[in-house]
Amino acid sequence: MYGIEHREVSNSRGRRLDRDEDEDDEDEDNDFSAWERAYTDERSWESLQEDESGLLRPIDNKTLYHAQYRRRIRSISSTSTAARIQKGLIRYLYVVMDFSKAAAEMDFKPSRMAVVAKHVEAFVREFFDQNPLSQIGLVAIKDGVARCWTDMGGSPDSHIKALMKKLECSGDASLQNALELVHEYLNHIPSYGHREVLILYSALSTCDPGDIMETIQKCKKSKVRCSIVGLSAEMFICKHICQETGGSYSIALDELHLKELLLEHAPPPPAIAEYATANLIKMGFPQRAAEGVVSICVCHKEAKVGAGYTCPRCKARVCDLPTECRICGLTLVSSPHLARSYHHLFPITPFDEVSFPNGNIAGQKSLERCCGCMHSLVNPGSGSVYCVTCPRCKKYFCLDCDIYIHESLHNCPGCESLRHSNSKAGVERKDQYCLILFYLDLASGKHDNSSTDVNCDVCFMGDYEVLHSKFDAWSGKDNYVKETWLQVFGF
Amino acid sequence: MASVASKLYTDDVSLVVLSFVNSILLFNQLNQVVIIATGFNTCGYIYDSSLSSVASSISANLSSGDAKMPGFCSEVLKNLEEFMDNDESLSSVDAVNGVGSSLFSGSLSMALCYIQRVFRSGPLHPQPRILCLHGSPDGPEQYVAVMNSIFSAQRSMASYITGGVYLKPQQLDGLFQYLSEVHTASKPVGVDFRASSVYGRAQSDASSASGQKRKDPS
Repeated sequence: MYGIEHREVSNSRGRRLDRDEDEDDEDEDNDFSAWERAYTDERSWESLQEDESGLLRPIDNKTLYHAQYRRRIRSISSTSTAARIQKGLIRYLYVVMDFSKAAAEMDFKPSRMAVVAKHVEAFVREFFDQNPLSQIGLVAIKDGVARCWTDMGGSPDSHIKALMKKLECSGDASLQNALELVHEYLNHIPSYGHREVLILYSALSTCDPGDIMETIQKCKKSKVRCSIVGLSAEMFICKHICQETGGSYSIALDELHLKELLLEHAPPPPAIAEYATANLIKMGFPQRAAEGVVSICVCHKEAKVGAGYTCPRCKARVCDLPTECRICGLTLVSSPHLARSYHHLFPITPFDEVSFPNGNIAGQKSLERCCGCMHSLVNPGSGSVYCVTCPRCKKYFCLDCDIYIHESLHNCPGCESLRHSNSKAGVERKDQYCLILFYLDLASGKHDNSSTDVNCDVCFMGDYEVLHSKFDAWSGKDNYVKETWLQVFGF
Repeated sequence: MASVASKLYTDDVSLVVLSFVNSILLFNQLNQVVIIATGFNTCGYIYDSSLSSVASSISANLSSGDAKMPGFCSEVLKNLEEFMDNDESLSSVDAVNGVGSSLFSGSLSMALCYIQRVFRSGPLHPQPRILCLHGSPDGPEQYVAVMNSIFSAQRSMASYITGGVYLKPQQLDGLFQYLSEVHTASKPVGVDFRASSVYGRAQSDASSASGQKRKDPS
């Protein structure tokens, strides 16, 4: 089609659709690489400032970074913390990568496909870190057809290995073929999983064998949510797909922006009301196999010694968690995997910015230090204070702690250090829909009423309200479990 | 180079801990120790070795009558007294029967924020370690917060497993020996991966000093 030829004629910045005609005159040479553009166009030296004595003032990257982070948090939190948002924790995601002729373009250094491969690798790691119960598969579009590159799996190794290989691109890209393939594969996954596709599209056209609108309707009916990240210009068909299926469409302006857009898809998206189904999922918690035991593992089909896990239902050996037992089909996880997903369900409120120009925090000298890291909050140069405060515990934190707490830790040290604020948080948690872990001792049958240590091998996970009714029926069996349940979730 | 944050409990244990902290500081001059106390109602920093200068420790040594104790001990004990008074005063009227759970997740979060700050400030990256001396039972309402802290620790230390060791000493008299052993040689022992109740574990009999620890398998 006509896509590629147009690119050579247009400006190398042609994808920035909102540029005025006048600004094009400034770009005399179209062959500048990104580092050269930083000097000619962005003029980084102009952001330097001098103080009274003529010495250079250091560029305050910290506040810039913090401002950027706060914009991000505000856009996320405006919807999530106020309303009850259900999130899909068990996601089945296909990442579709474009290896058509357009992927060889050099506007991303060294080439679009190399940059995409690099960032998809980082994305895969981040995805499994945030969604340990989910699975990813890779699909490649090349020569007008879509092929399954790696199978849907719960471990990052196989995907990363495939991404490290030598990559080649040729031919046209076909959106319809990719959607058809993904739709076929995603039809086989269980109904409690959330079906998602992320397409990284470099081409400006699509060569389809049939009517892509029909394929889009099929995907919509199967509850597949498609999101697209474009590397060239905005296309109507991509926008249409995303609108119909409830995904998001964005265009990457440069490499850093591409990375940001990709990583935005790592945390679980809010579940679409029609797509979410509430049912119980049976999960097994395997024990580690004893040292020195020789058994044949179901994943590699070879004899292995020691280190591995035994499925609680059929006693087959698996090498890695989380996985699905190939013999009996039970989903096998360990409790830390579930615990990794809790922060999506119980997010902490963003902190409020405050500033005290004269360095006197609410008139108290003792509050001069950040509650988390004991760093002084007073700016040494100006004597003023610019910090953040938690709306619940009213403690003050420095900007770096704010970023760390919201992006990595997900606990406010101030709220956790106060006995009374815990109960308030517990009452709020009760109102949230979530997938809740419920301890139940069914299959093993070795439940002992006298012991307070409840070990279980198989347990149910399900929607809050479904479980609540089941829980009342089961609560007579174990008073201690009921008590801890009440304490954790505060009802 | 190592920076260690530890939590203190009773006066009996504090003497042992003080000698242990002293031994860490003597081990390597670049070692830093931060002590965080976990109470029933609050958590707080008790001591930070990077803040106290040599001059102040010498002057404190001269002023204290007992020339055998290093300078920082009096500072630690004083701060600890203040902390415990503050904590008791914040208790509500109806006292808890038996031993209540402490705010473990709070002090763990504070320790992690401190370690992040150390990573950020300077080109040198020390090997951070957290030592938790835990006397009270686990509080189930803190399960989510503690797990969040553990996963964050795993990520920021750029290692897949925190590599910690869990030890339940049978005799508190031998605590100093236990601590030194754990600090110098830490090889994790067998782990239990089942979804066993976090809540019940601390109340089970202290019959085994086995190194059982909930370790993340990823």
